[in-house]
Amino acid sequence: MSDIKQNSDGDGAGDSDSDGAGETLVAAPILRVRDLSVEFSVPSADGIFGGRRALTAVNGVSFDLHAGETLGVVGESGCGKSTLARAILQLLPASRGEVVWMGEDLVGHPGLRERRRDLQIIFQDPLASLNPRMTAGDIVAEPLRTHRGEIGRAERRRLVAEMFERVGLSPVMVNRYPHEFSGGQCQRIGIARAMILRPRLILCDEPVSALDVSIQAQIVNLLEDLQREFGMALIFISHDLSVVRHICHRVMVLYLGRVVEVAERDILYRSPRHPYTRALMSAVPIPDPRIERERRRVVLEGDLPSPLDPPSGCIFRGRCSYARSRCAEEVPVLEELGGQSVACHFHNDI
Amino acid sequence: MTAPPLLRVENLVTRFDTPDGEVRAVNGVSFDLERGDSLGIVGESGSGKTQLFMSLTGLLARNGRASGSALFDGRDLLTLTPRAMNEVRGVRISIIFQDPMTSLNPYLRISRQMTEVLTEHRGMSRKAARLRGIELLERVGIPNAEARFRGYPHEFSGGMRQRIMIAIALLCDPQILIADEPTTALDVTVQAQILDLLRDLRREFGTAVVMITHDLGVVAGLCERVLVLYAGRVVESGDVDDIFHDARHPYTEGLLRSMPRLDEARGEALHAIPGQPPDLQALPRGCAYRARCGYVRDVCSEAVPPLESFAPRRAAACYRVSS
Repeated sequence: MSDIKQNSDGDGAGDSDSDGAGETLVAAPILRVRDLSVEFSVPSADGIFGGRRALTAVNGVSFDLHAGETLGVVGESGCGKSTLARAILQLLPASRGEVVWMGEDLVGHPGLRERRRDLQIIFQDPLASLNPRMTAGDIVAEPLRTHRGEIGRAERRRLVAEMFERVGLSPVMVNRYPHEFSGGQCQRIGIARAMILRPRLILCDEPVSALDVSIQAQIVNLLEDLQREFGMALIFISHDLSVVRHICHRVMVLYLGRVVEVAERDILYRSPRHPYTRALMSAVPIPDPRIERERRRVVLEGDLPSPLDPPSGCIFRGRCSYARSRCAEEVPVLEELGGQSVACHFHNDI
Repeated sequence: MTAPPLLRVENLVTRFDTPDGEVRAVNGVSFDLERGDSLGIVGESGSGKTQLFMSLTGLLARNGRASGSALFDGRDLLTLTPRAMNEVRGVRISIIFQDPMTSLNPYLRISRQMTEVLTEHRGMSRKAARLRGIELLERVGIPNAEARFRGYPHEFSGGMRQRIMIAIALLCDPQILIADEPTTALDVTVQAQILDLLRDLRREFGTAVVMITHDLGVVAGLCERVLVLYAGRVVESGDVDDIFHDARHPYTEGLLRSMPRLDEARGEALHAIPGQPPDLQALPRGCAYRARCGYVRDVCSEAVPPLESFAPRRAAACYRVSS
């Protein structure tokens, strides 16, 4: 379909069957994140003369991502999932840790522009992430202009038209402006822009949350089809655990900037171990009134604690019904349990 | 004779004058709402679900007009003067919106925003109004309500603000509480708290609740009756179990099948509904859904299928069901 071959080794690793991810575990990961932290400096509570203090939005996150794999990152507002995505892409500086892409640490790396070909992002708000003064065709062609200057105009036009078709847009729409498209179509433009360089990894930051239900399914299917065809890995950031269950091979649950649980998809949804993961799952409404009537919810008390003043020990303990004194004293580390890692002192008891 | 329903809407049409011509956001909607009912209004962008209730509460934008009738307690809501509507809205029919931050006035203390309704509408003394306000804040689960009564909206989290909105909506014991996507902007664990609260309040106060939402999961957990809207019309109505387990309109069926579910392992691709949401300015002749429908026939392009009852408490607007 295309002459762009730099990623032609993105082979069938993206097969959608559930053992697709298992196969690739033997190979080296394409992305290794180690102990990644992101801090923001914010004015302190003492008013304008009070100086500044650090807010840790992402706190010691580590994970591997393999070629063709889809990793879900779930959590509620303020859990750091978008910050994590931006820190991986070096759009935000990391305060600590490593982001190793294909064996090369990106943190503080000068030759980042090269890598950006391989690492793309799709945003939540499909219209706001497209320049309103550029035509859809120019938007999709821009990465080619920036990274593949050697490609001539005619060829570029051909590649853009081909990509339009591939994401389900009519190539005659290239001259239209973003406002002339519906939300779902704008998201297709965003996907075309991310795909045109055949990246090895696309970070999808809530790519379907702003779309109507009937359109969400179209976009999810499109991402899955593209992954099957081109084998790119996806990091799928979402607050919607139902969508994540559908599209991801592995899922990481964040709470207040920390990983509380990470597991193979089927293991996580069958037997979540962290009390927060359990509460999160039990809160998701299921579109079936009979099931909803029978369901017993784990209702979380209270709100997310302030990230400026996180609790000592386990960050979840203030809302956890299993919390004991040890939880206040000791930060639980992620413990590997075979296909599943949990950061809870008492995961065996609950 | 049985008593008339709490609210009877008949052939409601809401038109907007736009530079590109007239747009019908709501196109001939009829339904009854009984006392203590919980009605789910399901629809996507452009379905008219919000404008339907904006019409009923006199909140249409200036270029909008509503026709038809909406009998509430013997009076037609559509013909009320703005002053008479003020006596109904917020008193007997309350509304909570999606975004609690923009519905609360950021400059005013919660106390002021809560007591104003009571002193204005109910002629309560300030002291009595204050007690009532604090009582309701406690009821909707604001911890330390007496102290926080004097707070400003920004001092509360999103979920707490929505609780405050619910408390304000309940101040005058309304008979109808309209909730327009009240949990869409909230996190899922907070959404669960708010839905629990709405369920409890309905039981406790006997308020009829209208839940306007795109989220079928929310409807499944909260509502007893459901109207499915598409392009300004009711395409299907029925009891919640029937809608979810025996959907007849292809759009309802498509919506249910297109949703990934938490309790289902990944199967094949999702059943996406093809095409785009309806463009109200360029609706096709006949059934508005036909371009996206898998069961389309010739008759679908000839005339709009009427909403017809095919079983007790069930109706659908589709030639496939009626034939």
